[in-house]
Amino acid sequence: MIPADAAIDLRGLRKSYGSLEAVRGIDLRVERGEVFALLGPNGAGKTTTVEILEGHRTRSAGEVSVLGHDPGRNERALKQRVGIVLQQTGVDLYLTVHEVVEMIAGYYPAPRDVDEVISLAGLTEQRDQRVKKLSGGQRRRVDLAVALAGDPELLFLDEPTTGFDPSARRQAWETVRGLSALGKTIFLTTHFMDEAQALADRLAIIADGQIVASGTADELIGATSAASRIRFRLPDGAVPPDAAGARVAGPAWEIETDAPTRALNLLTGWALKTDTPIGDLEVSRRSLEDVYLQLTADAEVVE
Amino acid sequence: MNGFALALRQIRYENRAFWRNPPAAFFTFAFPLIFMVIFNVLFGEGASAFFTPAIIVFSVITATYTNLAMTVTIARDEGILKRIRGTPLPPWAYLAGRIGHAIVIGFLLVVIVAGFGALAYGVEIPWDAMPTVLLVLVVGSASFSAIGLAVTGLIPNSDAAPAVVNATILPVLFISNVFIPIENAPAWVDAVSHILPVRHFADAMLGLYASGGAADFPWQELGVIAAWGLLGVIGALRFFSWEPRR
Repeated sequence: MIPADAAIDLRGLRKSYGSLEAVRGIDLRVERGEVFALLGPNGAGKTTTVEILEGHRTRSAGEVSVLGHDPGRNERALKQRVGIVLQQTGVDLYLTVHEVVEMIAGYYPAPRDVDEVISLAGLTEQRDQRVKKLSGGQRRRVDLAVALAGDPELLFLDEPTTGFDPSARRQAWETVRGLSALGKTIFLTTHFMDEAQALADRLAIIADGQIVASGTADELIGATSAASRIRFRLPDGAVPPDAAGARVAGPAWEIETDAPTRALNLLTGWALKTDTPIGDLEVSRRSLEDVYLQLTADAEVVE
Repeated sequence: MNGFALALRQIRYENRAFWRNPPAAFFTFAFPLIFMVIFNVLFGEGASAFFTPAIIVFSVITATYTNLAMTVTIARDEGILKRIRGTPLPPWAYLAGRIGHAIVIGFLLVVIVAGFGALAYGVEIPWDAMPTVLLVLVVGSASFSAIGLAVTGLIPNSDAAPAVVNATILPVLFISNVFIPIENAPAWVDAVSHILPVRHFADAMLGLYASGGAADFPWQELGVIAAWGLLGVIGALRFFSWEPRR
């Protein structure tokens, strides 16, 4: 039976450090089994939010429910069901990967098999190596293995791929997808748009302590102005018809539109009729990055 | 597993990690012996009767106060404590594991120092007073562990740990009848050292070593050490932090 209540439910969350208000009233709901990404620039309040959910920080105001518990109460019953990958953590350097995972697994009532966890984290070859001998990327995978040791229902990943090279990032993404396929709920923070777009079922963009947009990546791209962009070049002096809505963008022309077929038809029809050559024609979907930059631009100005 | 079993398990992992760093382990054990040899050379014949119990006290304090204050601060700033805090391991069980490991090392040191004193210098081990000796060691190591954990709360970051720890313990060791017999010290130094726990720990151990089973039971000394231990517990509860401070 699938419980109907959300994995995470946040209402009016606020957190102040002295006079600085890092989180200024956040509402969020993460369903069970979902991969949810909290996306935002550095200093936007991502880590504060996720650490409140993890029970590492107290909140100033608001209601927080994680798997039906209030994380602020530090209950063992909640910690048994949650796995955490913090931004920076240490483990005992003189223990082997297997020993570290085994040690942590022993804290949980129903841990996952230690070797299976090590394999999920991609550390099978390093199983009997001491953590001290591992590379930075491998240590990050130890973090993940440790978070998985207790077979959690809910996994927090705070900027899991920051500092990774591109191939390590792809590997990490595959791991996250694998975990999602196991039915885990995953809450991740990131400042990489492609990461959020590649992994998350739903995402929220946080800027200056507030959620500025949330939904699926498609919804976010669609919700803010035009979804498509058409770029092209024209010979000097040529001007496209007003109806196409084109404007000059550097050496080229640009049309932003929700109806690219119509705009293209107008443009190419005009070009054929007037015998104007169109160069470098390019139709692109607005990316999440465009949306993100647009939404976070104001907040960055404030900073 | 209940908390107690988890704490014992934690001691085993701490212990395993400790022996994997042989240079650190070697010098942990060699350090008090080096002091003992040097003091005996400097202070001449007969000094060993003083320095054997004195270095036993020094060893216990090093293994508990010094060691815990430094390693727990480093573990805090590396995020090890924070990670543990996010697991269902009861926080007290983790700390009990660290303290338990420190006390195990402390007791090993005591055995080594007492054995070295007996074999190399002929300083007799006070077998007749052994229950009292053990009680003093238990109260001493537990109290200095608690004070060590409390002090981590006052250490701003791991870079500052060695400076803070050494500056708080070395002067006290010098005025507390551990490094130097304190017979001819000014009255005020004597008075100050009697407020602090190290002096009482040293006096109790010296007394037991000097007169064996004939010594009076060191109520007063144990009382002061335990009171400081209690202060340590209160301080640790108040100031201990699981979050890295940088």
